[in-house]
Amino acid sequence: MKSLLNTTSIVAAGVLAVGLAASQPALAETDLVVVSWGGAYSASQQKAYHDPYMAANPGIKILNDDSASEGLSKLRAMDEAGNVTWDLVDMVASDAIIACDEGLVLEIDPDTDLAAAPDGTPASEDFFEGMLSPGGSNCFIPQIVYSTTFGYRTDKFEGGGPTSINDVFDLEKFPGKRSLEKKPIGNLEWALIADGVDPSQVYEVLSTPEGVDQAFAKLDTIKDSVVWWTKGAQPTQLLADGEVSIASAYNGRLFSAIEEEKQPIGMMWDWQVFDIDGWVIPAGGKNIDEVKKFVKYATDTQRLADQAKYISYGPTRHSSAPLVSTHADLGIEMAPHMPTDPENAKTTLLFNYEWWADHRAELDERFQAWLAN
Amino acid sequence: MSSEHSDYIVRFEEVQKSYDGVQLVVKNLNLDVSRGEFLTMLGPSGSGKTTCLMMLAGFETATHGEIYLDDVPINNVPPHKRGIGMVFQNYALFPHMTVAENLAFPLEVRNLGKSEIEAKVQRALDMVRLSEFGNRRPAQLSGGQQQRVAVARSLVFEPDLVLMDEPLGALDKNLREEMQYEIKHIHENLGVSMVYVTHDQSEALTMSNRIAVFDDGIIQQLSTPDDLYERPMNAFVASFIGENNKLNGRVVESNGELCTVEVDGAPIKALSVNHGGVGQGTTLSLRPERVTVGVEDDGSFPNVFSAKTEEIIYLGDHVRTRFSVCGHDDFIVKMPNAAGHIVLNEGESIKVGWHAEDCRALDA
Amino acid sequence: MASVTAAPEVMVTADGTPLKVSLHRALRRNKIRAFLLVLPLLAFLGFTFLWPIGVMMFRSVENSLVSTVMYRTVPLLAQWDETTGDLPDEAVFEALVQDVTEGFKNRTIGKVGTRLNYEEPGMSSIFRTSPKKFKKITEGPYKEKVIEAHKGWGDVDKWRLIKREGRPFTSSYYLAAIDRKLDNLGSITSQPAERQIYVKLFIRTLWMSALITGLCLLLGFPISFLLATLPTKTSNLLMILVLLPFWTSLLVRTTSWIAILQQHGVINDILVAIGLVSDDARLGMIHNQIGTVVAMTHILLPFMVLPLYSVMKTIPPSYMRAARSLGANPALAFWRVYMPQTVPGIGAGGILVFIIAIGYYITPALVGGTKGTLISNFIDYHMRVSLNWGLAAALGIILLGLILFLYIIYDRVVGIDNMKLG
Repeated sequence: MKSLLNTTSIVAAGVLAVGLAASQPALAETDLVVVSWGGAYSASQQKAYHDPYMAANPGIKILNDDSASEGLSKLRAMDEAGNVTWDLVDMVASDAIIACDEGLVLEIDPDTDLAAAPDGTPASEDFFEGMLSPGGSNCFIPQIVYSTTFGYRTDKFEGGGPTSINDVFDLEKFPGKRSLEKKPIGNLEWALIADGVDPSQVYEVLSTPEGVDQAFAKLDTIKDSVVWWTKGAQPTQLLADGEVSIASAYNGRLFSAIEEEKQPIGMMWDWQVFDIDGWVIPAGGKNIDEVKKFVKYATDTQRLADQAKYISYGPTRHSSAPLVSTHADLGIEMAPHMPTDPENAKTTLLFNYEWWADHRAELDERFQAWLAN
Repeated sequence: MSSEHSDYIVRFEEVQKSYDGVQLVVKNLNLDVSRGEFLTMLGPSGSGKTTCLMMLAGFETATHGEIYLDDVPINNVPPHKRGIGMVFQNYALFPHMTVAENLAFPLEVRNLGKSEIEAKVQRALDMVRLSEFGNRRPAQLSGGQQQRVAVARSLVFEPDLVLMDEPLGALDKNLREEMQYEIKHIHENLGVSMVYVTHDQSEALTMSNRIAVFDDGIIQQLSTPDDLYERPMNAFVASFIGENNKLNGRVVESNGELCTVEVDGAPIKALSVNHGGVGQGTTLSLRPERVTVGVEDDGSFPNVFSAKTEEIIYLGDHVRTRFSVCGHDDFIVKMPNAAGHIVLNEGESIKVGWHAEDCRALDA
Repeated sequence: MASVTAAPEVMVTADGTPLKVSLHRALRRNKIRAFLLVLPLLAFLGFTFLWPIGVMMFRSVENSLVSTVMYRTVPLLAQWDETTGDLPDEAVFEALVQDVTEGFKNRTIGKVGTRLNYEEPGMSSIFRTSPKKFKKITEGPYKEKVIEAHKGWGDVDKWRLIKREGRPFTSSYYLAAIDRKLDNLGSITSQPAERQIYVKLFIRTLWMSALITGLCLLLGFPISFLLATLPTKTSNLLMILVLLPFWTSLLVRTTSWIAILQQHGVINDILVAIGLVSDDARLGMIHNQIGTVVAMTHILLPFMVLPLYSVMKTIPPSYMRAARSLGANPALAFWRVYMPQTVPGIGAGGILVFIIAIGYYITPALVGGTKGTLISNFIDYHMRVSLNWGLAAALGIILLGLILFLYIIYDRVVGIDNMKLG
């Protein structure tokens, strides 16, 4: 029943939000439609960026739209229809590469469009290396570093929970259902590492047909025990309901399930997959000047550090890192919950955007075929 | 006893039927149907006649009493084992089957051989003059043709008894009369027993050997058609069958077969049939064609009264005249349009007379 | 006068107009009026139904992107003989550099990369990295410099692909939709076994829809019979119960099934509580085909009951009585006389349920897991996730074709006149 209530309330909230967004009278001079992922993540952006910005700029009203999971396809549809109603879209880097390639979003110049660090370091040097131009594209404005990692039910395993990626694939030592994201991304890399492939060679192995076969063969060993998730909120819900024992999930969602909701869930950071998430500005938007001002504000050093008060995702600027402090409500130190914390980041896999941009279509299809067979 | 076996094909014995446990639709029915007889159940709607037929067919169960078919009690025999042919009000021809398939149906369920079925179907079609129509669907036939198919289907498996539930109700007048004769001929030719339900008295009179007149769940009279018309036993039958002048009065003298009834102060001599005795109210029943107009009070008629002409309707073969007689202004007389008949004018007074035997003193 | 009477008789009206003309005029007015009355509906249908289907059909074969963006290269490639195994000549490479550079400026070249990537993984990377390197190429010899910029341009197969997809229309979406593809030289071959999926899904969709239709008939027939034979007052109440699912949101109904069927759901809890099933062997009744079949049967049941009921309501009880009086036992009377008359209802309900089931995707997506998903889930997937709209359109057109085909078969076997929706 809990999941039922949860689903319906999410749906109800979504309907309400869309209804509100649609019926909102234009009280302010400019409405900026910002598309993001909803839930705890949008809430952290609201508190860290939107609220202070609106307070400082009475002429601006920021409206939230939670359809980021369909961001790329909706942008495409808007572009075809010639009516772009979004002003700013939250996207993972790999989608941003495609959007940039197809000319759906604006290229940016970091040094003019983004704020410099307090000490004067230009943005192009202050952001972590390579993050401003994933896959050679120049449209992406990075915001957070997050990781996809594992959570497990602490009450299901008597001898202690899983400690390595191998344990996730070991149904004998760690019986029970798994939940994994319904995508090849991440799962194939984990499968290869668990199958003994050198983590630094993962993408090279995956580039060969035999490597792909090997990854799928490893996934086959747990296929019957996997419940696949598609929305970020699902894996923590499945863990909370006891439907699965181990689940891959975004680290921020696990943080809120563990620390805020006090669920009996533990974290397993081994071979967490790093990814970055950020903003793109749709080409053809109606408030490009206004939105650029907002972006410049929202990605400055202090703002990026502020977001980490509300969710355990790391800022993407060197200058923000020292400013990360304690959780706004819980008062706990956030640094140890960040995926970048040295204790957590002993083994990490850096997501290869470019490789995935090239192979995504093919492997998605193969993955879907594998699922359906 | 053995002679009884062959005499009656159906016997109702003290049969009662109630649908709701409060009212009786059929009240204590006793009825015998002779072998080869054409018996009609006649009555207004709601009189219980159709219920009786349905109990006989097996679609309703008797609340009390027993029905015998060939002297076998059939209360617990399901309809399909009774072997009774039936024609329904709207024919109930199966719309998804051709005429020939409809006719073959009762033979197929009896597991007859294919050639035998074909022969019997053809014979049945010939009988109702529809030999060319075997491959048509019922919807492609006219009402009269559908009716004939329904009759043929009820007979094709050669039952001893055929039930018909207002089978001609949906046909227009000419066709109905034609079909009446056709059914009557089939009955005569095949010698099958028929129980026929209708609310049309002329249909009943035309076709039946005997008629059971139903009203209020009771058989009011069970007689041959002429008996029923000539000698109705109560006011309901008298008024239900044929046209009838009703004169309400009081018995003032009863003398064997005859009696004297006072109607609006005038004494009328009548035949004692069914009245409660001296001092009791009674309904006099007098057929319009049994009244003679323009009589002299010379003793040739025991009843002679003055009548005022109210209305004259010319109907070709006869003239129908409404008089005021003995305080009743709805007194109808039918005068044959014979040579030298009396010509009346409205408002004119004349003497009318009738015999005591033609005037029946019935229940009030 | 003589000449008038001698002419062939032309019927005229009182004012001398030929009768035919007059009649035609009178009828035309009626026709125009009738046309005007249906015009709004026609326009609506055209706009919301025919036009989108037309667009979808067009999209499933349309392939103008490559030839439009690479308008210099593609015509030159037409003269190149791809069977020799030699690379195209210098002029083609020069055209390529110009096309790619211009496409990069117009932000269109990325779309070409995405499009070609559907056919061959890796193409999008070539097109993404090339423009920046091509900037440095200002003069010949182009061939060497281009291959140096990205070694992919030295692969004959890549050129064969560009030539093939440079044609304005393509069959590759349809081929992909039936697990086939064109090989490098343009002949049709099967997809490798691990990528074959759509034929299997079409078959699964058909048989699961048939199963759901069968279950709906099995459950709906007795209910409809009861509804049609009960007194109106009782049947109205029962009808409300049947229609209740109609009045509930699809999402609520589907998620209720999740709550009922899941591992820690109502049924499993009861089974464990009464000891029929042990706690660690709870039944998997959701996220598989059982889940899809159960939830969809429930959702589609009213579509079976309503036409059946409306047909049964018109069958008078006298038919069954007639059959009984003619000597058929109740079962035989039902089978030979009642059943055949419900065929229009069975046909209408069956077609309705089957066609709805075949295109259903919300419920299978929520409760079907991986084995209980249908072809429409993949159309949805390609529309929303993979963004391969051409393939989605091809799958949709094949599905449409399948439904039309089944419809024609139904018409041949049962007859479309023999269908009654109410």
